[in-house]
This record gives sequence, C-alpha cells and structure tokens, in this order.
Amino acid sequence: MQTAVNLWPLLGIAAVAAGFVLRANPVLVVILACGVTGWAAHLPLLHLLESLGTAFIKTRNLPLILLLPLAAIGLLERFGLKEHAQASIARIRSATTGRLLTVYLLAREVAAAFGLTSLGGHPNMVRPLVAPMAEAAAEARHGALSEPLRQRIRAMSAATDNVGLFFGEDVFVAFGAIVLMQTILKAEGLDVDPIHMALWGIPTAVTAFVIHAWNLRRLDARIRRETTR
Amino acid sequence: MIIKLDFFYVLIGLLFAACALMTLRDNTNPRRYTTALFWGLYALVYLLGERLAPSVAGALMIVMALVAGFGFVRPGKADVLPEAQRQATAARLGNRLLVPALAIPVVTMLGSVVLKDVHIGAQVLLDRKNLTLVSMGCGSIAALALACWLTRATPLQGVREARRLIDAMSWAVVLPHMLAVLGLLFAEAGVGKAVAHVATSYIPLDSRLLACAAFCVGMALFTVVMGNGFAAFPVIAGGIGIPVLVGVYHANPAVMAAIGMFSAYCGTLMTPMAANFNIVPAALLELPDKNAVIKAQLPTALPLLGANIVLLYFLMYR
Repeated sequence: MQTAVNLWPLLGIAAVAAGFVLRANPVLVVILACGVTGWAAHLPLLHLLESLGTAFIKTRNLPLILLLPLAAIGLLERFGLKEHAQASIARIRSATTGRLLTVYLLAREVAAAFGLTSLGGHPNMVRPLVAPMAEAAAEARHGALSEPLRQRIRAMSAATDNVGLFFGEDVFVAFGAIVLMQTILKAEGLDVDPIHMALWGIPTAVTAFVIHAWNLRRLDARIRRETTR
Repeated sequence: MIIKLDFFYVLIGLLFAACALMTLRDNTNPRRYTTALFWGLYALVYLLGERLAPSVAGALMIVMALVAGFGFVRPGKADVLPEAQRQATAARLGNRLLVPALAIPVVTMLGSVVLKDVHIGAQVLLDRKNLTLVSMGCGSIAALALACWLTRATPLQGVREARRLIDAMSWAVVLPHMLAVLGLLFAEAGVGKAVAHVATSYIPLDSRLLACAAFCVGMALFTVVMGNGFAAFPVIAGGIGIPVLVGVYHANPAVMAAIGMFSAYCGTLMTPMAANFNIVPAALLELPDKNAVIKAQLPTALPLLGANIVLLYFLMYR
C-alpha cells in the first residue's frame, strides 16, 4: 500500500518555506504556494480558482475576532485608554514588567483552563492594556527605554497572551481540540475519556507556565541591565 | 435564530466599505486608489458572501493578494489627538475608560454561557453554531455604545478609529484568512498524506525515546508548516502516535494525545503561518519586525518541546 501517495504536493510546502526564508511578502508567498500546490496536484485552473473562492468565502469568519472590537478599542484609545493604563501601573511601586506579565500569564492560563478564552486577546487586551502597562512599568522604574527594548517588551506581551491561551485552553474538557482528538482516536478504534486527555495536559500546562515565567524574569534582568548602562 | 453571524458579516463588510471610501478621500496616502481598491474588494467578500460565484471569489482573492503583495496597500497619516489632550481626558475619565474595554469579554461570556439556550418566542436568540463569535459581536457593539456615551463621540468616529487601526495593520489583516485558504487547499491536494508518508517511511522508530522525540518534533514541525495544530494532529497521531507509540510501545492513548497536541502548540508559537497569533499581533503593536513575536516565543517553545518529549517518555505508561 505504498504506491498511491503523490508526493508532488509537497512542493507547496517548499514554496512556503522558500518564501519565508527569502522574506518575500507573506501574502504573495501564500498565493504562489496556492498556485504551486494546485499545479502539483493536477487541479485544472478553473477548479483551482473555484476551490480558492469557496474556501475564501467559507473561512471569512476567521478575521471577525480581530475586527469586531476595533471600533470600540480605537475610540477608547483616542480618549486616553493607554495613558490611563500606564498611569495606573506607574503608581504600583512593586510592579515590574516581568511580574506584571507573569500575573497576566497566570490569569490568562487559568481562565482559559476554565473555558473563558475570551478574557484576553490581542486586539481587546494586549494592544490597549497589557502592552502599554508592561512598557510603563519599566519606564516608571528605569526612565526612558531604548526603541529595541520597548519593542521587545511589546513582543513579550503578545507572546505571554499566546502562551497563556494555548496551554490553558487544552486543559478545558469542552474545548475543540479535545473533541477533535477524541473523534480521531475513536475513528482508529481507541475509546478515550476526554477528562483523561484534559488531565494529562496539566503537566505540560504547568511546565509551560514555569518556563515562560522564567523567561519573563530574564526580561526584567535585561531591562535592568540595559537601562543602568 | 434572531442574531445570526450573517449580521456581523454585513457589519464588517460595511466597515471595509467605509475604509475604502475614507481611503479614497485621504490625500495623505501615497497609494490611495489601490489601497481603496483592496479594502473595497474585501468589503465585497463580506457583503456578498455566498452570493459570489466561487470562481469570482477566487479571482477576487488573487487580485487582492497581488495588490497587497506588490506594495500597493499603504496607510495614510493617522489622525490622533495630541498627547496632552489624551492625558487630560484620561485623567478626567479615569477607570471609567476601562468599562467599555471590559464589556467585550464580559458580554462574550454572558452570551456564550448564560444566554446560550434563551428563546424569544419560538426562536433561539443567539446563533448556536457560532455562539462565541456572535456573543463577541454583541459585546463589541455594546462596548462601542458605552464608549460613545462615555466620550460623547459619535459612532462615526468609532468607524474612523477602526479604520486607523486597520490601516496600521495593513495587509496583515487578510493574512490569516488567506493562510486558512491555503490550509484547505493543502488538505484537498493531499499534502498531509504526503508528509505522513515521508515521516513514517524515513524516520527510525526502533527506540522508545526516538519514537517519543519523532512524535513530538513531528507534531511541532508539521504545525510549523501548516500553521495549525488541528491539521497536524490527525496526520502525526495517525502516522506515528497510534501505530508506533500505542501499537508497539503500548502507550496510554490519553497521554499520547494530550502531549501530542501540546507539542503541536509549541509549533504554533514558532511559525509565521499561524499569522493570527504571531504576525497580526506584531502589526497590531506596530512592531517593525514582523517576526518579533515569534522571536519572543522561541525561548519558551523550544525548551517546552524538549520537556514534552521527556514528559511523554516517563508518563506514557500511566
């Protein structure tokens, strides 16, 4: 049964990898990879166009989570939401960037583990609140930040949201990933209780917290080092 | 149902149409005609949706990708209030500014937990299949209303602000959408099958540690390629997890599945293909390096992947 697999569509992956390595515009890379994959799988041009179109319409729910909050968040930003968040964090003496982000990591991960994945996210929490507060905590202690350091703090804020979400949500029984795993294992004749899959996720979830919290401590050390120089 | 996802598609379509019109009149934008064309075409995708013929929608996507890919989508000059004025309103409004921002998650939770089964007459209030998205849409509208009331601004100003943020993110807004299309095309063309074939034919799996490592690293690598752990799981679990770890080494399938999916998530942290988590936030936070978030995640993702191999090795018989 080794004969029927067509390996040519792997060229689509090669196109993506090459595109990202060459730092070409990602949108261009994606459309090129679509062309290469369709050609390698012998899809006729019109069929390829129709596949792309059907998929494009079907997946248009995906950007909603980013787009829906923008009007409210943008309006609040216009009237000083960031400035307010920064002023409030600057008043807390013991706050450092790393400690603040560790608290956020814990809250995000625990909330996600209880299925509350919408308590967070890049457009509605990280951009208006978490990232400005993380910057302000460093500024309040150490004064002005260099531009690379400021960007690192912002990137770390986004990273903290991702890590908390990913490694929390899979511990929640009703999450899609657990349902998906159960369905796939069942199709292979393995009957697995979703509770067990959720529970066996906990060791990794804890490890993820420890490793990322350690990296946040290192961020604090870097901020101290670079601002006292 | 009373509140359907289609309602929000129309709303977002109108937002993009407004973006296109405002861009057309924005003479601070060096590429205003092509930028307006880009947002106008995207508005059509949302406003017409399934009414577009598939081939036309496909052609639309290609035109959008070419316009964006060759640098014809640019931002205009953002219209923001001066720093002093923002600080003055921040001091005046204080913590009340947080209320609309927090209304989004609160209403989303209320909708998806409390209002899930509420009927008005014979109809369900919220679209059950898209409960979270619909609840979040209601939360966003509530937040906008609260923000307008609090700041005495008009909803039109809200639209202008949304456009400012969309303009700042530029083409990164459509990248996750187009990557999802590529993912579906990969599935149709059998890319997953080809990768599984290569992985299982050429990787030595004759030691337990190697098998664990191949399984976890395979999950991560496949996710790096596909941008989505959900695409990797069936392929690698079917190729290595079930036949080798469970079949040969008698691992507990629950442990194999849980740690396997988390290994895939380590891959998600490392790939530009997971654009909505990695590339869009970089654009949203106005970072010049589009890979800055991935670079910040590598020191967490790589040790965690190693930890997963160890955890799987020691826990698989539990």
